[in-house]
Amino acid sequence: MTSDGVVIVGAGQAGFQVAASLRMEGYEGPVALIGDEPKLPYQRPPLSKGFMAGKQDIESTALRPLAFYQSHRIDLVTGARVTGIDRVGRSVSLASDVGPGRNLQYDALVFAVGARNRMLPVKGAELDGVCYLRTDAEAVDMRQRMEHARDIVVIGGGFIGLELAAAARALGKSVRVIEVQPRLMPRVVSPVLSDFYRDLHSSQGVRISLGVAVSEIAGRQGKVSEVVLSDGSVCPADLALVGIGVVPNIELARDAGLSVSNGIVVDQRLRTEDESIYAIGDCAEHPNPFANPLSGGRVRIESVQNAVDQAKCIAAAIVGRSENYRAVPWFWTDQFDIKLQMAGLSGGYGQVIARGEPESRKFSLFYFRDGRLAAVDSVNRPGDHLAGRKLIGAGTQITPEQAADPSVDLKALR
Amino acid sequence: MSLFGKKQTDTASVTYISYAGDTHQVSVPIGDSVMEGAIKNGIDGIVAECGGACQCATCHVYVDEAFLGLLKPIQEDEDEMLNTTASERRPNSRLGCQIPVTKELDGLIVRTPPKQQ
Repeated sequence: MTSDGVVIVGAGQAGFQVAASLRMEGYEGPVALIGDEPKLPYQRPPLSKGFMAGKQDIESTALRPLAFYQSHRIDLVTGARVTGIDRVGRSVSLASDVGPGRNLQYDALVFAVGARNRMLPVKGAELDGVCYLRTDAEAVDMRQRMEHARDIVVIGGGFIGLELAAAARALGKSVRVIEVQPRLMPRVVSPVLSDFYRDLHSSQGVRISLGVAVSEIAGRQGKVSEVVLSDGSVCPADLALVGIGVVPNIELARDAGLSVSNGIVVDQRLRTEDESIYAIGDCAEHPNPFANPLSGGRVRIESVQNAVDQAKCIAAAIVGRSENYRAVPWFWTDQFDIKLQMAGLSGGYGQVIARGEPESRKFSLFYFRDGRLAAVDSVNRPGDHLAGRKLIGAGTQITPEQAADPSVDLKALR
Repeated sequence: MSLFGKKQTDTASVTYISYAGDTHQVSVPIGDSVMEGAIKNGIDGIVAECGGACQCATCHVYVDEAFLGLLKPIQEDEDEMLNTTASERRPNSRLGCQIPVTKELDGLIVRTPPKQQ
């Protein structure tokens, strides 16, 4: 067997996990892990959760200490950018901010290049005090600004925006969330849950504007001072936090002649049309057995679970155990004292059934698509969440009546 | 207390014993979890896929009986996750991410299971 090894482009959760899993699988060849940030690979979820809430320090987000990479013979290249890929010669060219450029040969190449923030396309978006969150450096900057701000406007009522809103409220700041859709988290949860979160945030003093867009950010002396909405209203703001989604980093793959659409296109084994090149994590548009077949069954998922499980899947493939990717998707978000856990993909659901009462702040929603359980969203009901993961993964038939009946033991269903 | 320059000078000793019998005794800052103590010291028997959010059960440990009574009680989410561990759940099973290290736990011994995933 040749031993040019594996080159992993992107040192986030997915890239890190490929390197770690290859060694766990007993892979002996060279492993290079290339990241464009200047530091050790770290976890992103705590940036908007534990760190932003002041419960966790930034150093604790590192996935592993430096010694791990040395002892596992992982060539960790930080502060580097891939400038080109030669698919015929199977090599990657690197440019570095700190050292000389390099060329790396590969047997297998992995794109774990992630996504970048969607930028707010309005006048004034370049003002100081308009902030985005992706990196740990941005998180540290944002938290410091938050502590010194008075009026904070959060643009985008998705997971990130709402987690930031909760963190800002916990600091006692005046907080308003602007969401262009008529409800919160519209892309991922049902209206029942959107309403629950609207009530939760309102009860904590967050003001929420739904169904309005930001038309302009006004500033004084280069600094944000007001956020102007499409209905003409003006919100005072000395800090604007933007969380309006991400754009997958497809350019490297596209420039290498690979297919891209809403992500780098891969098959059910997470391989591009070049059989030695894989794409995983936030950047990969893949066929997912739990996605809505009516919309093609292809999705791009932004989550830790997806990054980790896809990494494990291709690490196994690289050592000769190629299998279709079929891990049940799951997600979580922490806002105030409420933990929401989601299992499955609810897209295209036709029926949603509640188990428990939203008023009790302890309930789950079961989403059915074509009569089959597609997803379970659980608020402070971890048992339902885990039962949901199992039921969805096994394709167990469960009726809406069983889902709604708290006396039915979901874990006993086969 | 500054969030950015938080100094954790107080530590407690924690010993991790792998399934194969390898022993690592390390000093863990008070307030860090048993999971973090393993990750920051490069101890292999703990995986911590979700980073301490009580979402994955890959930081499963068997806590030495002498220390069991000193731990804070198992909450519902940890209890549920413990039912999904890759290795057998025992009466002394806990998730390392849900055990904050305290002064009282100085000398703590945990054993890591044969597999975490």
